[in-house]
Amino acid sequence: MFETSELNNRNRTKQKLFQLLFMMMTLLLITPVLIILTTLIYKGGSIISVDFLFTFPTDGMTAGGIFPALFGTVWLVAVALLVSVPIGVAAAIYLSEYAPENWLTRIINLAIINLAGVPSIVHALFGVGAFVIFFKFGTSILAASLTLAIMTLPVVIVASRESLQAVPKAFREACWNMGATRWQTIRRVVLPNAVSGILTGVILEVSRTTGETAPIMFTGAAFFLPYLPQGVFDQTMALSLHLFVVSTQVPGVPEELPYGVALVLIAMVLLMNSISIAFRMYLRGKKKW
Amino acid sequence: MAWYVDKAMQVLVFIGGISAIIFIIGIFVFITMEGIDFVIDRLDIVEFFTSEYWFPSDEDDPEFGILALIAGTASVTGLAMLVAIPFALGSAIYIGEFATGKTREYLKVLVELLAAIPSVVWGFIGLSIMNPLIIDVFDVPVGLNVLNAGVILGLMAAPIMASIAEDALKAVPDTYREAAEAMGATRWQVIFKVVLPAAKNGLLGAVLLGVGRGFGETMAVLMATGHSVNIPTSIFDSVRALTATIAAELGETAVGSDHYGVLFTIGIFLFLITFLINLSADLIVRGVRKG
Repeated sequence: MFETSELNNRNRTKQKLFQLLFMMMTLLLITPVLIILTTLIYKGGSIISVDFLFTFPTDGMTAGGIFPALFGTVWLVAVALLVSVPIGVAAAIYLSEYAPENWLTRIINLAIINLAGVPSIVHALFGVGAFVIFFKFGTSILAASLTLAIMTLPVVIVASRESLQAVPKAFREACWNMGATRWQTIRRVVLPNAVSGILTGVILEVSRTTGETAPIMFTGAAFFLPYLPQGVFDQTMALSLHLFVVSTQVPGVPEELPYGVALVLIAMVLLMNSISIAFRMYLRGKKKW
Repeated sequence: MAWYVDKAMQVLVFIGGISAIIFIIGIFVFITMEGIDFVIDRLDIVEFFTSEYWFPSDEDDPEFGILALIAGTASVTGLAMLVAIPFALGSAIYIGEFATGKTREYLKVLVELLAAIPSVVWGFIGLSIMNPLIIDVFDVPVGLNVLNAGVILGLMAAPIMASIAEDALKAVPDTYREAAEAMGATRWQVIFKVVLPAAKNGLLGAVLLGVGRGFGETMAVLMATGHSVNIPTSIFDSVRALTATIAAELGETAVGSDHYGVLFTIGIFLFLITFLINLSADLIVRGVRKG
Protein backbone atom coordinates (compact mmCIF):
# COMPACT_ATOMS: atom_id res chain seq x y z
CA MET A 1 0.00 0.00 0.00
CA PHE A 2 2.81 2.41 0.85
CA GLU A 3 5.06 1.69 -2.09
CA THR A 4 7.23 4.54 -3.28
CA SER A 5 6.28 5.89 -6.67
CA GLU A 6 8.79 6.78 -9.36
CA LEU A 7 8.26 10.44 -8.54
CA ASN A 8 9.11 9.81 -4.88
CA ASN A 9 12.29 8.05 -5.86
CA ARG A 10 13.33 10.79 -8.26
CA ASN A 11 12.72 13.43 -5.60
CA ARG A 12 14.69 11.49 -3.07
CA THR A 13 17.67 11.06 -5.40
CA LYS A 14 17.56 14.74 -6.16
CA GLN A 15 17.54 15.58 -2.46
CA LYS A 16 20.49 13.28 -1.81
CA LEU A 17 22.41 14.92 -4.65
CA PHE A 18 21.74 18.42 -3.39
CA GLN A 19 22.67 17.50 0.14
CA LEU A 20 25.95 16.07 -1.13
CA LEU A 21 26.62 19.16 -3.24
CA PHE A 22 26.08 21.53 -0.33
CA MET A 23 28.19 19.39 1.94
CA MET A 24 31.04 19.49 -0.57
CA MET A 25 30.75 23.27 -0.75
CA THR A 26 30.96 23.58 3.01
CA LEU A 27 33.96 21.29 3.14
CA LEU A 28 35.63 23.17 0.28
CA LEU A 29 35.13 26.39 2.21
CA ILE A 30 36.83 24.93 5.25
CA THR A 31 39.71 23.04 3.60
CA PRO A 32 41.73 26.17 2.75
CA VAL A 33 42.07 26.99 6.46
CA LEU A 34 43.41 23.54 7.16
CA ILE A 35 45.82 23.74 4.21
CA ILE A 36 46.97 27.18 5.34
CA LEU A 37 47.49 26.11 8.92
CA THR A 38 49.47 23.02 7.92
CA THR A 39 51.65 25.04 5.55
CA LEU A 40 52.34 27.68 8.17
CA ILE A 41 53.23 25.07 10.77
CA TYR A 42 55.30 23.05 8.30
CA LYS A 43 57.30 26.02 7.01
CA GLY A 44 57.39 28.27 10.05
CA GLY A 45 57.31 25.81 12.91
CA SER A 46 61.05 25.19 12.88
CA ILE A 47 61.93 28.81 13.64
CA ILE A 48 59.64 29.15 16.65
CA SER A 49 61.54 28.97 19.92
CA VAL A 50 61.73 30.81 23.22
CA ASP A 51 64.60 32.82 21.73
CA PHE A 52 62.50 33.78 18.70
CA LEU A 53 59.73 35.10 20.92
CA PHE A 54 61.97 36.97 23.36
CA THR A 55 64.81 38.55 21.39
CA PHE A 56 65.07 41.63 19.17
CA PRO A 57 65.33 41.37 15.38
CA THR A 58 68.92 41.59 14.17
CA ASP A 59 70.77 42.10 10.87
CA GLY A 60 68.24 44.53 9.42
CA MET A 61 65.33 42.28 10.48
CA THR A 62 66.60 39.29 8.51
CA ALA A 63 67.42 37.36 11.67
CA GLY A 64 66.68 37.33 15.39
CA GLY A 65 63.35 37.37 17.13
CA ILE A 66 60.09 39.28 17.31
CA PHE A 67 60.02 40.44 20.93
CA PRO A 68 59.46 44.19 20.36
CA ALA A 69 56.61 43.41 17.94
CA LEU A 70 54.92 41.07 20.43
CA PHE A 71 55.45 43.55 23.24
CA GLY A 72 54.03 46.40 21.12
CA THR A 73 50.94 44.40 20.15
CA VAL A 74 50.22 43.75 23.84
CA TRP A 75 50.51 47.51 24.53
CA LEU A 76 48.27 48.45 21.60
CA VAL A 77 45.60 45.91 22.52
CA ALA A 78 45.65 46.82 26.22
CA VAL A 79 45.23 50.56 25.65
CA ALA A 80 42.55 49.94 23.00
CA LEU A 81 40.60 47.76 25.46
CA LEU A 82 40.80 50.40 28.20
CA VAL A 83 38.95 52.74 25.88
CA SER A 84 36.56 50.50 23.99
CA VAL A 85 35.31 48.18 26.75
CA PRO A 86 33.78 50.91 29.00
CA ILE A 87 32.27 52.74 26.02
CA GLY A 88 31.09 49.52 24.39
CA VAL A 89 29.49 48.11 27.54
CA ALA A 90 27.81 51.47 28.28
CA ALA A 91 26.43 51.51 24.75
CA ALA A 92 25.20 47.94 25.12
CA ILE A 93 23.52 48.75 28.47
CA TYR A 94 21.81 51.74 26.90
CA LEU A 95 20.61 49.74 23.89
CA SER A 96 19.45 46.76 25.91
CA GLU A 97 18.05 48.44 29.07
CA TYR A 98 17.05 51.99 28.23
CA ALA A 99 16.65 52.57 24.50
CA PRO A 100 13.06 53.07 23.38
CA GLU A 101 12.01 51.88 19.91
CA ASN A 102 12.51 55.15 18.11
CA TRP A 103 14.45 56.83 15.34
CA LEU A 104 17.45 57.53 17.59
CA THR A 105 17.87 53.85 18.40
CA ARG A 106 17.62 53.00 14.71
CA ILE A 107 20.31 55.54 13.90
CA ILE A 108 22.54 54.18 16.66
CA ASN A 109 22.18 50.68 15.25
CA LEU A 110 22.92 51.93 11.77
CA ALA A 111 26.00 53.77 13.07
CA ILE A 112 27.24 50.56 14.72
CA ILE A 113 26.83 48.61 11.47
CA ASN A 114 28.66 51.33 9.58
CA LEU A 115 31.44 51.58 12.13
CA ALA A 116 32.06 47.89 11.49
CA GLY A 117 31.74 48.32 7.73
CA VAL A 118 33.97 51.34 7.11
CA PRO A 119 37.19 50.12 5.45
CA SER A 120 40.09 49.72 7.86
CA ILE A 121 42.22 52.12 5.84
CA VAL A 122 39.56 54.82 6.23
CA HIS A 123 39.76 54.26 9.99
CA ALA A 124 43.50 54.81 9.56
CA LEU A 125 42.90 58.10 7.75
CA PHE A 126 40.55 59.12 10.55
CA GLY A 127 43.20 58.22 13.11
CA VAL A 128 45.75 60.36 11.29
CA GLY A 129 43.39 63.32 10.90
CA ALA A 130 41.90 63.17 14.40
CA PHE A 131 44.44 61.74 16.85
CA VAL A 132 47.82 62.28 15.19
CA ILE A 133 47.20 65.77 13.81
CA PHE A 134 44.17 67.39 15.46
CA PHE A 135 44.65 66.18 19.03
CA LYS A 136 48.45 66.33 18.57
CA PHE A 137 49.15 62.87 20.00
CA GLY A 138 51.65 62.35 17.18
CA THR A 139 52.28 58.87 15.82
CA SER A 140 52.02 57.07 19.13
CA ILE A 141 50.58 54.07 20.89
CA LEU A 142 47.78 56.32 22.12
CA ALA A 143 46.76 57.42 18.61
CA ALA A 144 46.98 53.88 17.23
CA SER A 145 45.06 52.35 20.13
CA LEU A 146 42.29 54.94 19.96
CA THR A 147 41.92 54.20 16.24
CA LEU A 148 41.78 50.46 16.96
CA ALA A 149 39.33 51.02 19.83
CA ILE A 150 36.84 52.88 17.65
CA MET A 151 37.20 50.36 14.85
CA THR A 152 36.52 47.34 17.08
CA LEU A 153 33.85 49.02 19.21
CA PRO A 154 31.01 47.22 17.35
CA VAL A 155 32.41 43.83 18.42
CA VAL A 156 32.05 44.70 22.12
CA ILE A 157 28.70 46.42 21.69
CA VAL A 158 27.09 43.57 19.76
CA ALA A 159 28.35 40.79 22.05
CA SER A 160 27.50 42.68 25.24
CA ARG A 161 24.05 43.67 24.05
CA GLU A 162 23.32 40.07 23.16
CA SER A 163 24.29 38.77 26.59
CA LEU A 164 22.39 41.55 28.38
CA GLN A 165 19.27 40.79 26.39
CA ALA A 166 19.59 37.11 27.25
CA VAL A 167 18.90 37.93 30.92
CA PRO A 168 15.18 37.20 31.38
CA LYS A 169 12.82 40.14 31.84
CA ALA A 170 11.40 38.52 34.97
CA PHE A 171 14.72 39.02 36.79
CA ARG A 172 14.45 42.77 36.27
CA GLU A 173 10.78 42.92 37.20
CA ALA A 174 11.37 41.03 40.43
CA CYS A 175 14.07 43.51 41.36
CA TRP A 176 12.00 46.58 40.47
CA ASN A 177 9.17 45.27 42.60
CA MET A 178 11.51 45.25 45.58
CA GLY A 179 11.84 49.02 45.13
CA ALA A 180 15.24 49.02 43.42
CA THR A 181 16.03 51.79 40.95
CA ARG A 182 16.77 51.05 37.35
CA TRP A 183 20.53 51.33 37.84
CA GLN A 184 20.51 49.23 41.02
CA THR A 185 18.74 46.53 39.05
CA ILE A 186 21.29 46.70 36.24
CA ARG A 187 24.24 46.79 38.63
CA ARG A 188 23.10 44.03 41.02
CA VAL A 189 21.02 41.74 38.83
CA VAL A 190 21.49 42.21 35.10
CA LEU A 191 25.25 42.77 34.86
CA PRO A 192 26.28 39.86 37.15
CA ASN A 193 24.18 37.55 34.99
CA ALA A 194 25.63 38.92 31.74
CA VAL A 195 29.25 39.49 32.67
CA SER A 196 30.58 36.20 31.33
CA GLY A 197 28.86 36.81 27.99
CA ILE A 198 30.42 40.26 27.85
CA LEU A 199 33.78 38.66 28.55
CA THR A 200 33.51 36.42 25.48
CA GLY A 201 32.91 39.57 23.44
CA VAL A 202 35.99 41.21 24.93
CA ILE A 203 38.17 38.20 24.11
CA LEU A 204 36.83 38.34 20.55
CA GLU A 205 37.79 42.00 20.41
CA VAL A 206 41.31 41.24 21.63
CA SER A 207 41.63 38.79 18.76
CA ARG A 208 40.36 41.32 16.21
CA THR A 209 42.60 44.09 17.53
CA THR A 210 45.67 41.84 17.45
CA GLY A 211 45.29 41.12 13.76
CA GLU A 212 44.49 44.61 12.45
CA THR A 213 47.26 46.19 10.42
CA ALA A 214 46.04 49.05 8.24
CA PRO A 215 44.67 51.24 11.09
CA ILE A 216 48.00 51.28 12.93
CA MET A 217 50.31 51.77 9.94
CA PHE A 218 50.28 55.56 10.05
CA THR A 219 49.03 56.22 13.55
CA GLY A 220 51.61 54.62 15.79
CA ALA A 221 53.22 51.44 14.55
CA ALA A 222 56.77 51.65 13.23
CA PHE A 223 58.55 49.33 10.79
CA PHE A 224 61.50 48.94 13.12
CA LEU A 225 62.53 50.36 16.48
CA PRO A 226 65.70 49.35 18.33
CA TYR A 227 64.06 49.94 21.72
CA LEU A 228 60.82 49.17 23.52
CA PRO A 229 58.13 51.84 23.97
CA GLN A 230 58.31 53.57 27.36
CA GLY A 231 54.83 55.07 27.44
CA VAL A 232 51.69 55.73 25.44
CA PHE A 233 53.23 58.64 23.53
CA ASP A 234 55.98 56.46 22.03
CA GLN A 235 55.78 54.62 18.75
CA THR A 236 55.95 50.86 18.82
CA MET A 237 56.43 47.86 16.60
CA ALA A 238 53.45 45.52 16.17
CA LEU A 239 53.22 41.88 15.21
CA SER A 240 50.74 42.33 12.35
CA LEU A 241 52.72 45.15 10.76
CA HIS A 242 55.92 43.18 11.33
CA LEU A 243 54.52 40.38 9.17
CA PHE A 244 53.80 42.89 6.39
CA VAL A 245 57.28 44.40 6.72
CA VAL A 246 59.30 41.19 6.72
CA SER A 247 57.28 39.67 3.89
CA THR A 248 57.27 42.70 1.54
CA GLN A 249 59.60 45.50 2.58
CA VAL A 250 62.86 43.87 3.64
CA PRO A 251 65.12 42.19 1.07
CA GLY A 252 67.00 39.02 1.89
CA VAL A 253 64.75 37.64 4.59
CA PRO A 254 65.15 33.86 4.98
CA GLU A 255 61.94 32.07 3.95
CA GLU A 256 61.04 30.63 7.33
CA LEU A 257 61.08 34.00 9.13
CA PRO A 258 57.82 35.48 7.74
CA TYR A 259 56.19 32.04 8.05
CA GLY A 260 57.20 32.01 11.70
CA VAL A 261 55.77 35.50 12.28
CA ALA A 262 52.54 34.54 10.48
CA LEU A 263 52.30 31.38 12.56
CA VAL A 264 52.67 33.27 15.85
CA LEU A 265 50.10 35.86 14.77
CA ILE A 266 47.52 33.36 13.56
CA ALA A 267 48.08 31.16 16.61
CA MET A 268 47.36 34.09 18.94
CA VAL A 269 44.24 35.08 17.01
CA LEU A 270 42.81 31.59 16.65
CA LEU A 271 43.64 30.70 20.25
CA MET A 272 41.72 33.68 21.55
CA ASN A 273 38.82 32.99 19.22
CA SER A 274 38.71 29.36 20.35
CA ILE A 275 38.76 30.41 24.01
CA SER A 276 35.89 32.79 23.33
CA ILE A 277 33.88 30.12 21.48
CA ALA A 278 34.56 27.43 24.09
CA PHE A 279 33.59 29.83 26.87
CA ARG A 280 30.38 30.69 25.05
CA MET A 281 29.44 27.03 24.65
CA TYR A 282 30.25 26.33 28.31
CA LEU A 283 27.99 29.20 29.36
CA ARG A 284 25.19 28.02 27.13
CA GLY A 285 25.38 24.59 28.75
CA LYS A 286 25.40 26.05 32.24
CA LYS A 287 22.54 28.48 31.85
CA LYS A 288 19.90 27.96 34.52
CA TRP A 289 16.98 29.65 32.82
CA MET B 1 20.98 59.29 46.79
CA ALA B 2 20.09 56.18 44.86
CA TRP B 3 17.97 58.37 42.66
CA TYR B 4 20.89 60.66 41.76
CA VAL B 5 23.11 57.71 40.97
CA ASP B 6 20.31 56.33 38.84
CA LYS B 7 20.00 59.56 36.86
CA ALA B 8 23.78 59.95 36.51
CA MET B 9 24.19 56.41 35.19
CA GLN B 10 21.32 56.90 32.78
CA VAL B 11 23.10 59.92 31.32
CA LEU B 12 26.43 58.03 31.20
CA VAL B 13 25.10 55.00 29.35
CA PHE B 14 23.19 57.32 27.02
CA ILE B 15 26.49 58.98 26.11
CA GLY B 16 27.93 55.52 25.51
CA GLY B 17 24.89 54.71 23.39
CA ILE B 18 25.24 57.68 21.09
CA SER B 19 29.04 57.30 20.91
CA ALA B 20 28.72 55.18 17.78
CA ILE B 21 26.91 58.05 16.06
CA ILE B 22 29.51 60.55 17.30
CA PHE B 23 32.34 58.36 16.00
CA ILE B 24 30.82 57.78 12.58
CA ILE B 25 30.23 61.52 12.18
CA GLY B 26 33.73 62.13 13.56
CA ILE B 27 35.24 59.85 10.94
CA PHE B 28 33.51 61.73 8.16
CA VAL B 29 34.38 65.16 9.59
CA PHE B 30 38.06 64.43 10.16
CA ILE B 31 38.79 62.78 6.82
CA THR B 32 36.89 65.61 5.12
CA MET B 33 38.93 68.19 7.06
CA GLU B 34 42.14 66.72 5.70
CA GLY B 35 40.83 66.28 2.17
CA ILE B 36 38.75 69.43 1.76
CA ASP B 37 41.59 71.73 0.61
CA PHE B 38 42.38 69.39 -2.23
CA VAL B 39 38.73 68.97 -3.15
CA ILE B 40 38.19 72.73 -3.36
CA ASP B 41 41.48 73.83 -4.92
CA ARG B 42 42.59 71.02 -7.18
CA LEU B 43 39.91 68.43 -7.73
CA ASP B 44 38.56 68.10 -11.24
CA ILE B 45 35.77 65.66 -10.52
CA VAL B 46 35.41 64.49 -14.13
CA GLU B 47 39.11 63.86 -14.52
CA PHE B 48 39.21 62.22 -11.09
CA PHE B 49 36.74 59.53 -12.06
CA THR B 50 37.50 59.15 -15.78
CA SER B 51 41.26 59.47 -16.10
CA GLU B 52 43.37 56.36 -15.77
CA TYR B 53 46.54 58.35 -15.11
CA TRP B 54 47.62 58.20 -11.51
CA PHE B 55 50.86 60.16 -11.04
CA PRO B 56 50.06 62.04 -7.83
CA SER B 57 53.65 62.83 -6.86
CA ASP B 58 54.90 64.06 -10.24
CA GLU B 59 56.48 67.45 -9.55
CA ASP B 60 55.67 69.20 -12.83
CA ASP B 61 52.42 67.69 -13.93
CA PRO B 62 50.74 65.50 -11.34
CA GLU B 63 47.77 63.46 -12.54
CA PHE B 64 44.97 62.43 -10.19
CA GLY B 65 42.84 59.90 -12.07
CA ILE B 66 41.47 56.98 -10.08
CA LEU B 67 39.70 55.12 -12.90
CA ALA B 68 42.37 52.42 -12.99
CA LEU B 69 42.23 52.09 -9.20
CA ILE B 70 38.44 51.75 -9.30
CA ALA B 71 38.86 49.12 -12.04
CA GLY B 72 41.36 47.32 -9.82
CA THR B 73 39.06 47.31 -6.81
CA ALA B 74 36.02 46.37 -8.91
CA SER B 75 37.73 43.49 -10.74
CA VAL B 76 39.11 41.98 -7.55
CA THR B 77 35.84 42.41 -5.65
CA GLY B 78 33.86 41.04 -8.61
CA LEU B 79 35.97 37.90 -8.86
CA ALA B 80 35.87 37.53 -5.08
CA MET B 81 32.08 37.54 -5.17
CA LEU B 82 32.03 34.92 -7.95
CA VAL B 83 34.11 32.72 -5.65
CA ALA B 84 32.40 33.59 -2.39
CA ILE B 85 28.66 33.69 -3.21
CA PRO B 86 28.16 30.04 -4.23
CA PHE B 87 30.31 28.74 -1.38
CA ALA B 88 28.79 31.05 1.20
CA LEU B 89 25.19 30.27 0.20
CA GLY B 90 25.94 26.56 -0.24
CA SER B 91 27.48 26.20 3.17
CA ALA B 92 24.82 28.38 4.79
CA ILE B 93 22.16 26.06 3.39
CA TYR B 94 24.07 22.96 4.46
CA ILE B 95 24.80 24.23 7.96
CA GLY B 96 21.36 25.77 8.45
CA GLU B 97 19.10 23.19 6.82
CA PHE B 98 20.87 19.82 6.53
CA ALA B 99 23.50 19.50 9.23
CA THR B 100 22.32 18.55 12.70
CA GLY B 101 23.61 18.35 16.26
CA LYS B 102 27.35 18.18 16.79
CA THR B 103 28.29 18.35 13.08
CA ARG B 104 26.46 21.63 12.81
CA GLU B 105 28.18 23.06 15.89
CA TYR B 106 31.63 22.07 14.63
CA LEU B 107 31.02 23.47 11.15
CA LYS B 108 29.82 26.75 12.61
CA VAL B 109 32.92 27.00 14.78
CA LEU B 110 35.20 26.29 11.80
CA VAL B 111 33.47 28.95 9.70
CA GLU B 112 33.82 31.40 12.58
CA LEU B 113 37.54 30.64 12.88
CA LEU B 114 37.95 31.08 9.13
CA ALA B 115 36.44 34.54 9.48
CA ALA B 116 38.91 35.39 12.23
CA ILE B 117 42.11 35.04 10.18
CA PRO B 118 43.62 38.55 10.00
CA SER B 119 43.83 40.19 6.59
CA VAL B 120 47.60 40.62 6.73
CA VAL B 121 47.92 36.84 7.11
CA TRP B 122 45.69 36.37 4.05
CA GLY B 123 47.94 38.81 2.20
CA PHE B 124 50.96 36.80 3.22
CA ILE B 125 49.26 33.63 1.99
CA GLY B 126 48.59 35.32 -1.36
CA LEU B 127 52.22 36.33 -1.54
CA SER B 128 53.87 33.11 -0.46
CA ILE B 129 51.47 30.26 -1.30
CA MET B 130 49.09 31.47 -4.04
CA ASN B 131 51.74 33.36 -6.02
CA PRO B 132 54.01 30.40 -6.89
CA LEU B 133 50.94 28.19 -7.28
CA ILE B 134 49.42 30.48 -9.93
CA ILE B 135 52.76 30.81 -11.75
CA ASP B 136 53.08 27.01 -11.87
CA VAL B 137 49.52 26.10 -12.74
CA PHE B 138 48.77 28.75 -15.36
CA ASP B 139 52.30 29.25 -16.63
CA VAL B 140 52.19 33.05 -16.27
CA PRO B 141 55.17 35.28 -15.36
CA VAL B 142 53.56 36.97 -12.35
CA GLY B 143 51.27 35.34 -9.80
CA LEU B 144 50.28 38.52 -8.01
CA ASN B 145 47.19 39.54 -9.96
CA VAL B 146 43.40 39.79 -10.07
CA LEU B 147 43.06 36.01 -9.79
CA ASN B 148 45.23 35.79 -6.68
CA ALA B 149 43.62 38.69 -4.83
CA GLY B 150 40.13 37.66 -6.00
CA VAL B 151 40.46 34.14 -4.61
CA ILE B 152 42.01 35.38 -1.36
CA LEU B 153 39.30 38.00 -0.94
CA GLY B 154 36.63 35.44 -1.80
CA LEU B 155 37.89 33.13 0.93
CA MET B 156 37.90 36.05 3.35
CA ALA B 157 34.39 37.22 2.52
CA ALA B 158 32.73 33.79 2.27
CA PRO B 159 32.62 32.90 5.99
CA ILE B 160 31.13 36.27 6.93
CA MET B 161 28.54 35.99 4.17
CA ALA B 162 27.84 32.41 5.19
CA SER B 163 27.09 33.26 8.79
CA ILE B 164 24.86 36.23 7.88
CA ALA B 165 23.10 34.07 5.26
CA GLU B 166 22.60 31.34 7.86
CA ASP B 167 20.99 33.90 10.19
CA ALA B 168 18.66 34.84 7.34
CA LEU B 169 17.68 31.19 6.85
CA LYS B 170 17.16 30.79 10.58
CA ALA B 171 14.83 33.81 10.57
CA VAL B 172 12.38 31.91 8.36
CA PRO B 173 9.74 30.55 10.78
CA ASP B 174 9.72 26.79 11.26
CA THR B 175 5.98 26.77 10.64
CA TYR B 176 6.74 27.52 6.94
CA ARG B 177 8.88 24.40 6.73
CA GLU B 178 6.38 22.29 8.65
CA ALA B 179 3.52 23.42 6.43
CA ALA B 180 5.45 22.52 3.28
CA GLU B 181 6.57 19.18 4.70
CA ALA B 182 2.99 18.39 5.67
CA MET B 183 2.05 18.86 2.02
CA GLY B 184 4.52 16.10 1.16
CA ALA B 185 7.44 18.23 -0.03
CA THR B 186 10.91 16.76 0.26
CA ARG B 187 13.67 18.56 2.13
CA TRP B 188 15.21 20.18 -0.93
CA GLN B 189 11.81 21.17 -2.26
CA VAL B 190 11.15 22.88 1.07
CA ILE B 191 14.48 24.67 0.82
CA PHE B 192 14.18 25.79 -2.78
CA LYS B 193 10.50 26.55 -2.96
CA VAL B 194 9.85 27.86 0.54
CA VAL B 195 12.89 28.74 2.63
CA LEU B 196 15.05 30.44 0.00
CA PRO B 197 12.27 32.67 -1.38
CA ALA B 198 11.29 33.63 2.17
CA ALA B 199 14.89 34.44 3.10
CA LYS B 200 15.59 36.25 -0.18
CA ASN B 201 16.12 39.69 1.33
CA GLY B 202 18.36 38.48 4.11
CA LEU B 203 20.50 36.58 1.61
CA LEU B 204 20.77 39.67 -0.57
CA GLY B 205 21.83 41.63 2.50
CA ALA B 206 24.52 39.03 3.18
CA VAL B 207 25.84 39.38 -0.36
CA LEU B 208 25.88 43.18 -0.11
CA LEU B 209 27.82 43.08 3.16
CA GLY B 210 30.29 40.74 1.45
CA VAL B 211 30.69 43.26 -1.38
CA GLY B 212 31.27 46.01 1.17
CA ARG B 213 33.89 43.94 2.89
CA GLY B 214 35.67 43.19 -0.38
CA PHE B 215 35.57 46.83 -1.36
CA GLY B 216 37.15 47.96 1.89
CA GLU B 217 39.70 45.22 2.36
CA THR B 218 43.19 46.70 2.49
CA MET B 219 46.16 44.58 3.53
CA ALA B 220 45.33 41.39 1.64
CA VAL B 221 44.63 43.36 -1.52
CA LEU B 222 47.78 45.42 -1.11
CA MET B 223 49.92 42.30 -0.90
CA ALA B 224 48.23 40.03 -3.44
CA THR B 225 47.27 42.26 -6.40
CA GLY B 226 50.79 43.06 -7.61
CA HIS B 227 50.08 46.72 -6.99
CA SER B 228 50.52 48.16 -10.47
CA VAL B 229 48.17 50.84 -11.83
CA ASN B 230 46.42 49.09 -14.65
CA ILE B 231 42.97 48.56 -16.13
CA PRO B 232 42.88 44.77 -16.25
CA THR B 233 42.03 42.92 -19.45
CA SER B 234 42.43 39.44 -18.00
CA ILE B 235 42.49 37.87 -14.56
CA PHE B 236 46.25 37.46 -14.89
CA ASP B 237 46.86 41.23 -14.97
CA SER B 238 48.27 42.94 -11.93
CA VAL B 239 46.10 45.76 -10.62
CA ARG B 240 46.04 48.21 -7.78
CA ALA B 241 43.09 48.86 -5.47
CA LEU B 242 41.82 52.13 -3.98
CA THR B 243 42.42 51.03 -0.40
CA ALA B 244 45.88 49.65 -1.16
CA THR B 245 46.89 52.93 -2.81
CA ILE B 246 46.19 54.83 0.39
CA ALA B 247 48.02 52.23 2.47
CA ALA B 248 51.07 52.25 0.21
CA GLU B 249 51.39 55.99 -0.39
CA LEU B 250 50.21 57.83 2.71
CA GLY B 251 53.52 57.17 4.46
CA GLU B 252 55.54 59.00 1.84
CA THR B 253 53.46 62.16 1.49
CA ALA B 254 53.91 65.48 3.26
CA VAL B 255 50.95 66.55 5.40
CA GLY B 256 48.93 69.13 3.47
CA SER B 257 50.39 68.35 0.04
CA ASP B 258 48.18 67.62 -2.97
CA HIS B 259 49.18 63.98 -2.88
CA TYR B 260 48.17 63.81 0.80
CA GLY B 261 44.88 65.55 -0.03
CA VAL B 262 43.99 63.25 -2.89
CA LEU B 263 44.53 60.17 -0.70
CA PHE B 264 42.06 61.58 1.82
CA THR B 265 39.69 62.35 -1.06
CA ILE B 266 39.84 58.66 -2.02
CA GLY B 267 39.12 57.95 1.65
CA ILE B 268 35.99 60.12 1.52
CA PHE B 269 34.90 58.28 -1.63
CA LEU B 270 35.45 54.88 0.04
CA PHE B 271 33.59 56.02 3.15
CA LEU B 272 30.58 57.16 1.13
CA ILE B 273 30.46 53.98 -0.99
CA THR B 274 30.68 51.61 1.99
CA PHE B 275 28.15 53.76 3.84
CA LEU B 276 25.71 53.36 0.96
CA ILE B 277 26.33 49.60 0.71
CA ASN B 278 25.82 49.10 4.45
CA LEU B 279 22.75 51.31 4.50
CA SER B 280 21.08 49.42 1.67
CA ALA B 281 22.02 46.05 3.20
CA ASP B 282 20.43 47.18 6.46
CA LEU B 283 17.27 48.43 4.76
CA ILE B 284 16.90 45.19 2.78
CA VAL B 285 17.43 42.96 5.83
CA ARG B 286 15.10 45.06 7.97
CA GLY B 287 12.47 44.72 5.26
CA VAL B 288 12.42 40.96 5.77
CA ARG B 289 12.21 41.20 9.56
CA LYS B 290 9.05 43.30 9.37
CA GLY B 291 7.40 41.05 6.84
